[in-house]
Amino acid sequence: MEYKDYYKIMGLDRGASQDEVKRAYRKLARKYHPDVSKEANAEENFKDLGEAYDVLKDPDKRAKYDQYGQYWKTQGQGYNPEPGADQQQQSQRYETSDMSGFEDFINTLFRQRNQQQQHAAYYDQGQDIHAKLNISLEDSFTGAEKTLQLQMPNLDGQGNMTQQMHAIRVKIPKGIANKQQIRLKGQGSKGHGHKPGDLYIEIHITPHPFFHIQGKNIFLKTPISPWEATLGATIKVPTLAGNVNLKIPKLSQSGKQMRLKGRGLPGNPAGDQLITLEIVIPTTDNEQMVKLYEQMAQLAQFNPREKLGVSHD
Amino acid sequence: MTKANDPKNNQTDTSSEAHFYLSMHQVTTSFGTSTETILEIVNEGIIPVQHDDDDYEEWRFDDDACRRIRLVLQLNRDLGVNVAGAALVLELLNEIEELHSLLAHLRS
Repeated sequence: MEYKDYYKIMGLDRGASQDEVKRAYRKLARKYHPDVSKEANAEENFKDLGEAYDVLKDPDKRAKYDQYGQYWKTQGQGYNPEPGADQQQQSQRYETSDMSGFEDFINTLFRQRNQQQQHAAYYDQGQDIHAKLNISLEDSFTGAEKTLQLQMPNLDGQGNMTQQMHAIRVKIPKGIANKQQIRLKGQGSKGHGHKPGDLYIEIHITPHPFFHIQGKNIFLKTPISPWEATLGATIKVPTLAGNVNLKIPKLSQSGKQMRLKGRGLPGNPAGDQLITLEIVIPTTDNEQMVKLYEQMAQLAQFNPREKLGVSHD
Repeated sequence: MTKANDPKNNQTDTSSEAHFYLSMHQVTTSFGTSTETILEIVNEGIIPVQHDDDDYEEWRFDDDACRRIRLVLQLNRDLGVNVAGAALVLELLNEIEELHSLLAHLRS
């Protein structure tokens, strides 16, 4: 168990009142709750927060943490006796030469916490476990096998409830959409003495840099040049399955939407990929090009702002 | 996409089902909650039910309903939100997610 500065985690001074502790928890819980938060490390932060609050909210635990917490780091390198009245108290409290003794002490302190530890990644108040798993868009497209790490409550031989890390291999079905769930029967909490429950996994597809997903459909903004837009062209466009050719009709405006049937997430029926065209101009200092543009301006006699009631000047 | 349960599967093979339905009893046991709570969630309009009658034993909850139930229960447990509040939170979260998605799409 590594040392964690609970005060730092909660953004509190060491002298914070119990009320301040509670308020800080409430505020941060809303900030880091994984269902609500958009922050990158929300789940981990929420877990650390829960751990910190569990200790700091209880005056008893807090006092023990305050007293022994700071010595935690030195324990690993052997006990360094420090002059002062504290030392007497400490050697009476635990075997300082026995590392496992200290660990047992800390574990006793925290076993209560472990049993109520909130696992942000899942909900397990009932017979089944409800978890969340992040996958990439590619994982959904090809299907995948992922290993889910879950800390599950376990009833050991002595009848003690402990937390055990379980690694579960999960088959991600091809074409699974965002927020869809998969059920793994019999993979829920074990060690209850009776039939193990089920494991439900809510799939979350992490946002892709340029493919945007909505249900089974994929949206892609596709830049084209002014001449491609005007003359029409066959362009290469990325899809999840690789590049495909797309024929753009001539005189295509920005915002024109084109559909690539069946190029979305696989399934029955498969989703589509919807392309939105966007005309972009090249940045150029090329004098010849600039001259050609000027010629075109003359020839075109085009007022793009006509509908705004503004004349061309 | 739905993988049917293969009778050859032993305990170590984790077959995943993508579509499933739970009864009221299964839902309350699965989540460790009460029928009253689930009824409260339904009455708040958070999840639709097939027949608008009192025979809730006949109701079937699909995977999307289960997702919402999990969210409501977790919001209540972690943030102290009641069912009415959770209903609002769910709607706002949906809206925010759609806006984020749209924004990302427009910016890309």
